[in-house]
Amino acid sequence: MPSVRHGDLWLRLLSAVTLVVVWEVAAALAASPLLPGPTAVARALAKLVGGGPLPLDLAITMWRVAASFTLAMVAGTAFGILMGHSARADSFLDLWLVLGLSLPALVIIYLCYIWGGLSEAAAIVAVALNKVPNTAVTLREGARAIDQQLLQVADVLELSPGRRLRQVYLPQLYPYFMAATRSGLSLIWKIVLVAEAVGRSNGVGFRLSIYFSTFDITNILAYTVSFVAVVLAVEGWGVRPLERRLTRWRA
Amino acid sequence: MARVSLDVAIARKVYRRDADEVVALDDLRFLVPPGQLACVVGPSGCGKTTLLQIIAGLDRAFEGRVRRPEGKRLGMVFQTPRLMPWLSVRDNVRLALDPSPTREGRAEELLREMQLGPSLDAFPAQLSGGQQRRVALARAFVNDPDLLLLDEPFQSLDAPTAQHLRELLLALWARKRPTILFVTHDLREALSLGDRVLFLSRGPGRVVLDLPLDLPRPRSPDGAAVEAARKRLLESYPDLLRGLAASSAEESAA
Repeated sequence: MPSVRHGDLWLRLLSAVTLVVVWEVAAALAASPLLPGPTAVARALAKLVGGGPLPLDLAITMWRVAASFTLAMVAGTAFGILMGHSARADSFLDLWLVLGLSLPALVIIYLCYIWGGLSEAAAIVAVALNKVPNTAVTLREGARAIDQQLLQVADVLELSPGRRLRQVYLPQLYPYFMAATRSGLSLIWKIVLVAEAVGRSNGVGFRLSIYFSTFDITNILAYTVSFVAVVLAVEGWGVRPLERRLTRWRA
Repeated sequence: MARVSLDVAIARKVYRRDADEVVALDDLRFLVPPGQLACVVGPSGCGKTTLLQIIAGLDRAFEGRVRRPEGKRLGMVFQTPRLMPWLSVRDNVRLALDPSPTREGRAEELLREMQLGPSLDAFPAQLSGGQQRRVALARAFVNDPDLLLLDEPFQSLDAPTAQHLRELLLALWARKRPTILFVTHDLREALSLGDRVLFLSRGPGRVVLDLPLDLPRPRSPDGAAVEAARKRLLESYPDLLRGLAASSAEESAA
């Protein structure tokens, strides 16, 4: 883990302040409803949070992220491990994987809504499907890199299948799992909003599409700011500590 | 207490590489009585590691049979320590124990005895090579194995560290007297450890000399007794031991 040095911290802070100042100045110069400044956005944000639809929309979007993320990780990990260990499965499924990786997200979303109806399930599956190939590729690498010598140790020690899995096999996959988590989350954050805008009647994506149709830039930016804040919080307080925990032995 | 004796009768072990067949072991037979410390010595590529893999049950694709009584515990030390990098020293050793309350504390006790007390919660990457081997040895010993297989466990260590570990091995052996099969390419090491030394031929490996040893213990690989035994051997069987006389340090990686 790269530690944040003191000078670094100041530079980062300076960078954030600069961003806000540049934004404010640009907004003042433009003096247009199409570029509201940070103060206007903050005021809109306060209104949306207190009694507005934003908390519920955020919660709904987060639920969709969690559901599709879980679905995608489980399915992708299963496919990846299967393909990593079986050359036949790999030969058979490789084409599907390449296809899945190159299908545009919007096409998958449209097809899911068309075949599954404009339902919650269709939205979640659509988002998950966008991530499954990516996870499968990463975990396939992990399964291929499994150290046979350590599995032999498990054989000699006659470990139960459960202990063998938990203490010998899975820890070798954790770095790959974490890599898939990071890249997967960043993909899902982006795609879930598209899926909501296209076929749901609540959530951050849906609300953004409404504000877009009325050119309400202030509210679009207020939603964006809150969404980005949640994303950063989840990655900083959820993903990174988990990664540190799972890979602390690498010190 | 009944202990394992080991009955090995491998007719043939063949590796197939594409169209080629390489005979690794050919008519390899020997018997180890309970509690004996038998060393197996052979030149590079004679199939020593293959032999241990077959005995341990890790390799079942061979003709012949290996008999070790059912239900007896097996311990094994590999050429490299093969510790789980993500488990602490303590948990690496506990891996060999069935989780049961009666065995609680057993791993820690053994590790402390082996001067690894301060490193109980360290990860393997934080240990020296010699310490890692000690942990591997502790893992093999912690469940009181009836049969212990060691595959050049102390190679690539400096001489004093290797000698320290040999003494540790002998001390552990003296306590519960498991049957031990110790594979090495170092004739001095074999002569300083074994009750008996089995010499394998250049590949395909088979036993070409079965030498009982009754040198008094303790012995040292550099001691006069071992040196005299080695000289006698080299004079009596010059052809047999060619390739072993010089310390073929670069066995490894097979």
